[in-house]
Amino acid sequence: MRRKALAFDHFLHLNVGKCSNFGSGVIFEYNGSALVAMVGKNCFAIASDRRLGVQLQTIATDFQKIYRIHHTLFIGLAGLATDTQTLYQRLVFRHKLYHLREERDMKPETFASLVSAVLYEKRFGPYFCQPVIAGLGDDDKPFICTMDSIGAKELAKDFVVAGTASESLYGACESMFKPDMEAEELFETISQALISSVDRDCLSGWGGHVYLVTPTEVTERILKGRMD
Amino acid sequence: MESVFGLVGKDFAIVVADSSAVHSILVHKTNEDKIMLLDSHKLMGASGETGDRAQFTEYVQKNVALYQFRNGIPLTTAATANFTRGELATALRKNPYMVNIILAGYDKDVGPSLYFIDYIASLHKVDKAAFGYGSYFALSMMDRHYRRDMTVEEAIELVDKIISEIRSRLVVAPPNFLIKIVDKDGARQYAWRESIKDAPVAAA
Repeated sequence: MRRKALAFDHFLHLNVGKCSNFGSGVIFEYNGSALVAMVGKNCFAIASDRRLGVQLQTIATDFQKIYRIHHTLFIGLAGLATDTQTLYQRLVFRHKLYHLREERDMKPETFASLVSAVLYEKRFGPYFCQPVIAGLGDDDKPFICTMDSIGAKELAKDFVVAGTASESLYGACESMFKPDMEAEELFETISQALISSVDRDCLSGWGGHVYLVTPTEVTERILKGRMD
Repeated sequence: MESVFGLVGKDFAIVVADSSAVHSILVHKTNEDKIMLLDSHKLMGASGETGDRAQFTEYVQKNVALYQFRNGIPLTTAATANFTRGELATALRKNPYMVNIILAGYDKDVGPSLYFIDYIASLHKVDKAAFGYGSYFALSMMDRHYRRDMTVEEAIELVDKIISEIRSRLVVAPPNFLIKIVDKDGARQYAWRESIKDAPVAAA
């Protein structure tokens, strides 16, 4: 009996000729993305690239990957664009409901647990996303974390990365990061790490989008890098 | 393979689609309309699986009409785009629609807008978009010649350049194209670009 065609079956042809180590990882590389979040002194920065592609073709160079949940909590979503959009809508919905019931915003640690739970709900049919969460917690202490597509949290004190350029980003961040950087120096560091990493990845790039968050203000900046 | 592309001009948006209905090596007809008028000020150009295309665009058209009946005001283009994405996303992990969509609309407060909606429900607001093998030529031509403040004449000149490029460079190039436009006066058919005329259908 012929089995019913599943949603992502047509991706199977892309595995032909690919190294068996990739497994089904090819779906995370369909749209292309690069995300990084870094902790500074009483502040944090979260940055992403701006490309939306369909495999080798670039569709747009102004695609938003970092979303604001509330004024000191941001989530960047790497991976398959359709799932990042669906996941973002679900999370915003959950946070708005939380806000109505609790009459306050969610703490970043709580939100991270929420994202983890939402992702694990789909354990056997997951969202093909890798989130990067960054926020200011109690006493304005910066909090960052990332997780895989089924919600395994990874807390970090320094930086977290996600996306097709993640391996380059790990290297760049490890070498450029210093603890307790002030806001301006943090911005420079995260920008350099992002730009140098996406320049080695054909699926991400076309500029950068950096949010710098301190207890008093949020600064949003667009970076111009190699436009290819 | 089907070519659909679109662009936004000064105060209008244009969607162009080829008009071949093909099954494997056979061309059923060469005057198929793949750009549906959703309401007075919206166009939905679609490419992909023939049945899914016809059914899904009609489904969206009827839901847009239903909203207007229930609420007395028409849906905005942005809302229509998000509704369409929602329907595609819900169906994606059950019974996906294999339809790529370019949605163009004109709203009084916002002006013209164009939305790119993939068959896996990725949504993005854009100034220019294209699907199919023709997209390799269309996007490159638009990258070179497109400006945000084009007039209708300049845009049609660019569209003709793109069609000419597709016809000369694509091995299974569709012979005929349909151009539709939407502006403050509404959505309507602008022109055909035919190099093969279908035999007229005999009366039943």
